Amino acid sequence: MRISVHISTMWLYAGRLFQWLNQRQYVLISKAVCAHQVHSSSTGFTDSCYNGLYPGHIHTTPIQKAVLAVGSGVAALHDPHRHDMVAVLGEATGHLALINLRDKMRNDPEGYTILKERPRIRLSTLDLSDMASLPDGSFGREYLRFLEDNDVTPDSRADVRFVDDEELAYVMQRYREVHDLLHTLLGMPTNMLGEVAVKWFEAAQTGLPMCALGAVLGPLRLSTSRLKLLFTSLGPWALRNGHRARCVLSIFYERRWAQSIEDLRQELNIEPPPVIVRATKKRNT
Amino acid sequence: MAASMRLLLRRVIRLSHRYNNVTAAGVSARSGCCWGPSTCRCFSDVAGDRSTHFGFETVPETEKAKRVYKVFENVAQKYDTMNDVMSLGIHRLWKDMLLHAMHPQPGARLLDVAGGTGDISFRFLEYVRSQQERQKWRTARSMQTPSSQDISNNYSAEDEDTPQESRAVVCDINKEMLNVGRKRADSMGISAGLSWVVGNAEELPFDDDQFDIYTIAFGIRNVTHIDQALQEALRVLKPGGRFMCLEFSKVTNPVLARIYDAYSFQMIPVLGEVIAGDWKSYQYLVESIRKFPDQEEFKHMIEDAGFYCVKYNNLTSGVVALHSGFKL
Repeated sequence: MRISVHISTMWLYAGRLFQWLNQRQYVLISKAVCAHQVHSSSTGFTDSCYNGLYPGHIHTTPIQKAVLAVGSGVAALHDPHRHDMVAVLGEATGHLALINLRDKMRNDPEGYTILKERPRIRLSTLDLSDMASLPDGSFGREYLRFLEDNDVTPDSRADVRFVDDEELAYVMQRYREVHDLLHTLLGMPTNMLGEVAVKWFEAAQTGLPMCALGAVLGPLRLSTSRLKLLFTSLGPWALRNGHRARCVLSIFYERRWAQSIEDLRQELNIEPPPVIVRATKKRNT
Repeated sequence: MAASMRLLLRRVIRLSHRYNNVTAAGVSARSGCCWGPSTCRCFSDVAGDRSTHFGFETVPETEKAKRVYKVFENVAQKYDTMNDVMSLGIHRLWKDMLLHAMHPQPGARLLDVAGGTGDISFRFLEYVRSQQERQKWRTARSMQTPSSQDISNNYSAEDEDTPQESRAVVCDINKEMLNVGRKRADSMGISAGLSWVVGNAEELPFDDDQFDIYTIAFGIRNVTHIDQALQEALRVLKPGGRFMCLEFSKVTNPVLARIYDAYSFQMIPVLGEVIAGDWKSYQYLVESIRKFPDQEEFKHMIEDAGFYCVKYNNLTSGVVALHSGFKL
């Protein structure tokens, strides 16, 4: 008699579990359908019709985001060449920091303009010949020099996919595209030491968990001499400036190519680097 | 107590029906919305341009093959790793069961369509080799005390080559998958009796009546015209030849079905993103499983193509079904 009572309560719980799972699926699918219906009415997209809030957006549940965060973290540590995993980690963990950044941008007049106009830094939007004709010491010229010396292109940034808000997705994209400009402003090359220094600056500035993780784990791959350099001069400089500098995402860089880089640094409240770090000829150090 | 059990059971079944309706609504809404650009293309193309499903999306038939090609080109390098992770290694058991059901004898000729990275062919050659070894061992045991006549017979027999040479042909439409398969074969040291051919399952580059066994493992749901693939299978098989198909199918147990759906749609694309760096391809994979006909319907399709004695076995409660038919 008691056994039958236990069995029937077990079935009851099982039934409730099915109901809960069913509802989760229903919510997930209906959400996708609604978002899709919202966007199918708007025309004029050059891409073919997409599901989600912006081109490339993929809906994810909190569980999926958690698994993505853990999985991408492990994958990025396992294989440092997987930059896409670093990007995914940033997207899956950066919600609060992105809200913070977006609010900072809104409160700044130039940042507000950026949020409205949504500029993108891509080879197609940059006028490289124009920038090359600018005088030395100007921001545009130095940025071009940085791209050439380190053999990088602004088009290598992955698109944002897992951020569930259209404006926050733009903020994330802007952060990625501004990263190279930060290298120029801070005078850091793209070798390991330079990247770690920039990560420390970004961690202090943005508070993105991915930056913090990179800042903590990056030094593990440095040689002892570079580690010493990092901890004695570069590191404290990066952190200090990260805290005191103006929000770097709120600057309309595209309109300041002709501005002198020293002038821009002063405006942003960034000290020039204490040590000159040379770019190595090889890309992977 | 029996009454309350029946009530709960009915509730479960009602819930599962509701779920199916919701997914069907979701599917039709999503696929309906994606009609936009594809219908425009349809009007500009030749009239009578049909469309088919690509996962839950609707695409023109001509485009499906290209998109499937891209999917497998992207995932080829990590295909085997992903299989192990997604199925928790169980796909190896499924393939072993296929071989066990096949029970090939030395000298059999296998055509492994959509063979890609070669899993079935490697198992086939291994199985046949172990069968041959067992035969040799049996003949050796029965000849423990050979007469002088037997010994002289043996000497003359040793000069001949083994008359029964088993052959496996791996045929796949995707060159990347075949490349990965060839590298695997080289690293495993398997080369005898194995060949790699690029070909389309709907239009096989082989003559009629060539093969003893035709297999297609986890490939037929990616074919645009399944009936054409089945007819080609009938054509290239010898009379008496066997058609065997391993494919994902409908799960029979409602409890497991719910867990399987949750796992498929929530976890597999995430794993695809983390391991292979490709969410969309694995989203397509799990959606294409849902669009494939169920066990009974597929059995009828095989019968319609002209096969006899068509049967199917459910593996892992219907997660995978093994269909088999004969050309007579």
